[in-house]
Amino acid sequence: MASYLAQQTINALQLGSIYALIALGYSMVYGVLVMINFAHGDLFMLGAFACLLLATLLPVHLPLVVILLVVMIVIGAVGALIERIAYRPLRNAPRVSAIITALGCGLVIENTTLSISPYPHFMPELFHSTTIAWAGLTITTLQILIIGVSLALMIGLDLLVTRTPFGMAMRAISFDSRTVPLMGIPVNTLISRTFFLGAGLGGAAGVLYSLAYPQVSAGMGVLIGWKAFIAAVIGGIGSIRGAVLGGFILGAVEVMAVAFLPSTYRDLISYSLLLVILIFKPYGLLGQPPNQKV
Amino acid sequence: MKEFLHAAARCRWALPALVVLGFAFCLACEFFPIFNDYSKVVLITIGINIILCASLNLVNGYMGEFSVGHAGFMSLGAYASAVMAVNWLPSTPMELPLAVVFGGTVAAVIGLPLALISFNTRGDYLAIITLAFLMIVKSAFENIAYVGGPRGMTPPVLTNMPWTFFWVVLTLWVIRNLVYSRFGRAIIAIREDEIAANAMGVRTREAKILAFVVSSFFGGVAGALYAQLNFFIDPRSFDIVKSTEILVMVYLGGIASLFGSVLGAVIFTVLMQVLQPIGTWRMVILPLILVLLMLFRPRGIMGLRELTWFLPRRELKKEPGQ
Amino acid sequence: MSALLEVDRLTKRFGGLCAISGCGFSVREGDAHGIIGPNGAGKTTLFNLVTGIYRPTEGTIRFRGKHIAGMRPGKIALMGIGRTFQNIRLCTNLTVLDNVRIAFDSRLCYSLPEAVFRLPRLEREERRSIVGSMGLLEPFGLAEHANELAGDLPYGSQRRLEIARALALKPSLLLLDEPAAGLNTGETAALTEFLRWVRNHFQVTIVLIEHHMHLVMNLCDRITVLDFGQTIAEGTPAEVRANPRVIDAYLGGTGEE
Repeated sequence: MASYLAQQTINALQLGSIYALIALGYSMVYGVLVMINFAHGDLFMLGAFACLLLATLLPVHLPLVVILLVVMIVIGAVGALIERIAYRPLRNAPRVSAIITALGCGLVIENTTLSISPYPHFMPELFHSTTIAWAGLTITTLQILIIGVSLALMIGLDLLVTRTPFGMAMRAISFDSRTVPLMGIPVNTLISRTFFLGAGLGGAAGVLYSLAYPQVSAGMGVLIGWKAFIAAVIGGIGSIRGAVLGGFILGAVEVMAVAFLPSTYRDLISYSLLLVILIFKPYGLLGQPPNQKV
Repeated sequence: MKEFLHAAARCRWALPALVVLGFAFCLACEFFPIFNDYSKVVLITIGINIILCASLNLVNGYMGEFSVGHAGFMSLGAYASAVMAVNWLPSTPMELPLAVVFGGTVAAVIGLPLALISFNTRGDYLAIITLAFLMIVKSAFENIAYVGGPRGMTPPVLTNMPWTFFWVVLTLWVIRNLVYSRFGRAIIAIREDEIAANAMGVRTREAKILAFVVSSFFGGVAGALYAQLNFFIDPRSFDIVKSTEILVMVYLGGIASLFGSVLGAVIFTVLMQVLQPIGTWRMVILPLILVLLMLFRPRGIMGLRELTWFLPRRELKKEPGQ
Repeated sequence: MSALLEVDRLTKRFGGLCAISGCGFSVREGDAHGIIGPNGAGKTTLFNLVTGIYRPTEGTIRFRGKHIAGMRPGKIALMGIGRTFQNIRLCTNLTVLDNVRIAFDSRLCYSLPEAVFRLPRLEREERRSIVGSMGLLEPFGLAEHANELAGDLPYGSQRRLEIARALALKPSLLLLDEPAAGLNTGETAALTEFLRWVRNHFQVTIVLIEHHMHLVMNLCDRITVLDFGQTIAEGTPAEVRANPRVIDAYLGGTGEE
C-alpha cells in the first residue's frame, strides 16, 4: 500500500508540474491586468500542436531542447499578439468586456484548430524513456525529465520575478496599476512581456504534456488548460507561488481520485474542489483580496 | 409610419391584440400546413433562444454580473422535464406543461445557492463559480445512470409552436414587469453601484436572489422546451459552447434590453441556420462576433435602451428623447 | 436635546494602519454637525463605519440608542441614515428621476406577486414614487432634467442629485461627505443657505465632512475635529476656533481656506 501511494505521488508530481506550468500563465496575466485570460488553455494546446508540427513535418530530427525552445518562443509570441490585438483596446473598458473577449479568443483558437484538424494526432516518440526501478518504485526517465524541466522553469520564473527590475515592475503593477505608469514604467512593454512569458510557459507545458500523454487534439485546451485554470484559482489567482501550489494540489487530488474512484468522477471532483475552496477562501489559498476604495 | 407606431405603442390594447394574433397564428400553424417541419423547428428554436437570452439578460445585463452557467440551468431544466415526461407521466395531456414547469422549478431551486454565493463574491470570481457550476452539472449528469449517463436521454417530441409562443410571452412579460418595479430597480442599482445601492436602502441580497432564481427558472424552462423538441439530450448538449451561444445573443442584441434579447435571438438563430454548410467553422465565427462586438459595440445593438412597445405604460413619457 | 448618534471609543484598523483610533463624539438631534480635520484624519472612514460599509475593529456606534456597529449597510440605511459620497456614486446610466426612485423604493409597499401581475396597488405606489421623487427634484433645481441620464449632468448638479437621492430615504440623519468640494465661494455660500433650508424643511439632522471653513463655521451648531483618527476637540464653532490643539493640528498648520 505504501509503495502504491508513493507510486501515485510520482504520477501526481508529473501531472501537477504540468498543471502548475500552465497555471502560472493564468496567474501572471491576472497579476498585471486583473483579467482572466481564458484563451491561455488554448495556447497550451497550440504548444502541443507546434511540437507535433516540428516533430513530424521537418526533414531533420531536432533535439528536444530545440523543439522546447522554439515552441516556447512561438507560443509566447502568439500570446503577446493576442494581447496586442484583442485585449489592449479593452484595457479601460468594463471588466466584463475583457472576460468575454478572452473567452471568445479561446473559442476562436480552439475551433479553428478543430476545423483544420478534427481528429486527434499521435505524437511520435521524441524522448526514449527507460524505466528505473528503485526500492519497489518504478519511475521513468520521462517522468524525471518532465518534473525536472517544469521545476527548472518555475525556479527560473521565480528568480526573474523576485530578482530582476522586470519582475519588480511586474509585482509593482499588480499591487497598484494606477500609479505605476506615473513612475515611468512602460506599462505596455511590461504587459506584452508578461503575456510572452506566461504563454511561453503554457507552450512548454504543451510539449511536456504531449510527451507524457502522446495524443494531441483541439480539445486539450479545454480539458487540460481549464484544469490548470482551476489550479490557479485554488492557489489564489494573481499569486505566482499560489499557481504552483494549486497545480500540485490539483494534480494530487486528480491522481488520487482516479486511483480510488471511476475515472468519470475526475472532472466532478476537480470542479467541486474549486467551488468549495472559493466558498470558504474566496481569493484562493495564497491570493489577496482586491483593495476597493469607497 | 413612425408616428403611427408610436401612437400604437401608447394604445392600451395594441400589445395584447398583437399577442393574441401571434398566438392564433401559432395555433393555425399546428392545424394548417403554413410552414414545413424544418421552418417550424427553426421558429421554435428562435422562441427558445428568446427565453434563454431574456433570462440571462436579467443577470448579465440588468444586474451586470457575468454568468457563464446558463447552459447549466438549461441542462437541469431539460433533464428534469425529460425524467418527468419519460418516467413519471408519459402520454398524458398535461405532460408538456407540467414537465416544463417542473424543469424550470428544478433549475430555480439549484439557482438559489448560486445567488447566496453571489452575496460575497462578484465579478471574475462569480464568473469562475458559474463556470464551475456548469462543469459540475455536466459531469454530474455524466455519472448518473438513471438519466443515461454520457449516452443521454430520448424524451418525447412534444414542444410545438403555441406552447413555445406562450412561454416566450410569459418570460418577456414577467421579466418586464419585474424590471420596471422596485424589485427590478434594485437589480439595476446593483449593476450601477452596489455600495451606493446599499446606502440607498436597496435590499441587495433580496434582489440578487430574485435575479438568479427568475433567470434560472426561465433558463430551465427553455431547457425543457429544448429537450422535448430535439428528441435527444446528453450532457454535452449543454456545455460551455451552449453558454457562449447565449452570451453572444445577449451581447449582440444588447444588455439590459428585452427587445435587444428578441433581436439577438432572432439574428443569431437565423445566422446559425444560414451558416449551417460551413460546419465547425460556425463555432469560429460565433466567438469572433463576440470579440468584435466587445471591441466595437460592447453594449450590443439595443444596449441599455428599450423599444417603446416593451415598456409599461407608466414609464412611457419618461423615455429619453421623447 | 437628546443624542441621535453616539460614537464611542471607535477603532478601525486596516492591517497595521489605524485609520480611526478610539474616536468618540455625539450628534444632537436637529443639529448640523461638522466634522473637520486634516486629510487622512479618518473622516470618510468614520462615515463608512457609521453606514456599515466597514465593520469597526472596536467600539460602539449607537443610533437613536440602538447599536448599529457591524450591521449591514442596507439595514442601517433603512433605519434612517442617508449619505452622500466623497467621489460621487450615482447610477450614471439611469435617468435623474430613476436615481431618486431607487432610494424612494424603500418606502413603497407592494409585494413581488403584485409586481409580476401588475396589480392596482403597484400602479398606485409607483405613481406615488414618481410624484414623490419629482417633488424632491424640484427644490434641487433638477426637475427639468428628470429624464436626462445622471451621468450627463454637470458636476454640481450631480452633487445635488446625490443629496436629493439620500433624502428620498426620508432619513433622520443625513451624512454629507464634502458637499462643497469643487464649488467656488459664491456657490458655497448658496449651498450653506440651501443646507440650512434642507435641515429645516426635511427635519433632518446633518453631519457633514467639509474643508470649506466658511460653510462649516456658518452652518454648523457643533463641530468635531479629528486628527490621526482621534477626536481632538468638540464644541461650538467659536470654541473650536479658539482651541489651541485645533489651531495647532489643522488651522494653524494649513491656514484657513
